[in-house]
Amino acid sequence: MTAPTLEKREAGFADSPYITATFRIRRFNPEVSEHAVWEDFQIEIDPKERVLDALHKIKWDVDGSLTFRRSCAHGICGSDAMRINGKNRLACKTLIKDINPEKPITVEAIKGLTVLKDLVVDMEPFFQAYRDVMPFLITKGNEPTRERLQSAEDRERFDDTTKCILCAACTSSCPVFWNDGQYFGPAAIVNAHRFIFDSRDEAGEQRLEILNDKDGVWRCRTTFNCTDACPRGIEVTKAIQEVKRALITRRF
Amino acid sequence: MSADTTSAVGPVEGAHLYDVDNPAPLIEAPRKRTKKTPRSTRGNFEMAAWLFMRLSGVVLVVLVIGHLLIQLVLDGGVSKIGFAFVAGRWASPFWQTWDLLMLWLAMLHGANGLRTVINDYAERPNTRLWLKGLLYTATVFTILLGTLVIFTFDPNIR
Ligand code: HEM
Ligand code: SF4
Ligand code: FES
Repeated sequence: MTAPTLEKREAGFADSPYITATFRIRRFNPEVSEHAVWEDFQIEIDPKERVLDALHKIKWDVDGSLTFRRSCAHGICGSDAMRINGKNRLACKTLIKDINPEKPITVEAIKGLTVLKDLVVDMEPFFQAYRDVMPFLITKGNEPTRERLQSAEDRERFDDTTKCILCAACTSSCPVFWNDGQYFGPAAIVNAHRFIFDSRDEAGEQRLEILNDKDGVWRCRTTFNCTDACPRGIEVTKAIQEVKRALITRRF
Repeated sequence: MSADTTSAVGPVEGAHLYDVDNPAPLIEAPRKRTKKTPRSTRGNFEMAAWLFMRLSGVVLVVLVIGHLLIQLVLDGGVSKIGFAFVAGRWASPFWQTWDLLMLWLAMLHGANGLRTVINDYAERPNTRLWLKGLLYTATVFTILLGTLVIFTFDPNIR
């Protein structure tokens, strides 16, 4: 009994939690070259840390020119969506041990938006689509003197889509959006859904009409990339189908 | 890669063509949405097209599988197909209707599917225009020709 325990303990002392992991990062700097290139960084890191920690380590200790967005570092602000090992994720919610650090871990900017530098993309077209669905409460008549009450069931109806943090992981995982930025994209539809199915809102019809557009919900091909990508676990494809259904059934 | 010494940039290793004041062009995303992106187009055409794909698909499952079975599998397979076989089938209004329906549904379904593909992949407005023009011309031609043949087929042609 004692021998194995001792052995394990010794091994534990000798072992460091650190491993050497390779991060293969897609670099682009228009002030140096018109081409984007892959650059490998080998760092010592605890695999229980996140990809964001690795990026910090590289930026702070190895190459200060590495450029990426992050703010909260805890999956709330939606700044650090990126394509990690070919899949859109938040760097701050992706543990290194979960994405096989034996092999080089690829990190690139999200697709379908113009890359400005390294992992930073121009989010303007994304937010333009968001603004175009009027993502705010619209009501008619006099303002009530008290808060606008809503039953628990009515609140439940659109609960899933209230969770969106506008990280663009879904929209930039959509093959239709990759090829044609005129498509509203899943995130805009999710945020329209949040108000269309809110019993207090009175502009649902208007938003449905906007999404009935040639670049609206009918461009969705049900690939489920968006649902797979969403770091908030929102059933994005389902929300899009609910908007389609509302459009088809509203007249009958 | 041979930046000569007279260029504005020195002959540094790797020939730096770009710098802070003269950055490289960015690789723009295809057909970006902007403030000027046209607002809502009226009408329910896209909805109708979406519904049509699904409804025609359901009908096509029956029509196409039936068609393939009759033409390629049952009763000797392809070897039996000849003028007489076609003439025999089109003598019946049932098969005429079957083929007419299949022609229209498959053509409109396929054409609308290709319209989707063009919308997805053709980037420049002119490319889109020409590809769609070609598609619609081919579709109308094929549907009209097929319909004409089904209705005017003459089994006693010499
Ligand atoms: C056999 C039964 C068929 C069924 C059930 C069916 C069903 C469908 C459906 C539901 C779509 C829409 C996909 C989407 O919006 O994501 C589609 C697309 C399409 N279909 Fe069919 N279809 C059938 C036969 C055909 C035939 C015979 C043709 C060719 C004449 C065809 C050509 C296409 C094309 C080109 C597309 C567009 C592809 C795309 O959207 O990526 N289909 N089909
Ligand atoms: S729906 Fe999910 S993936 Fe899309 S922007 Fe919102 S949080 Fe991000
Ligand atoms: S840094 Fe805020 S979501 Fe990741």
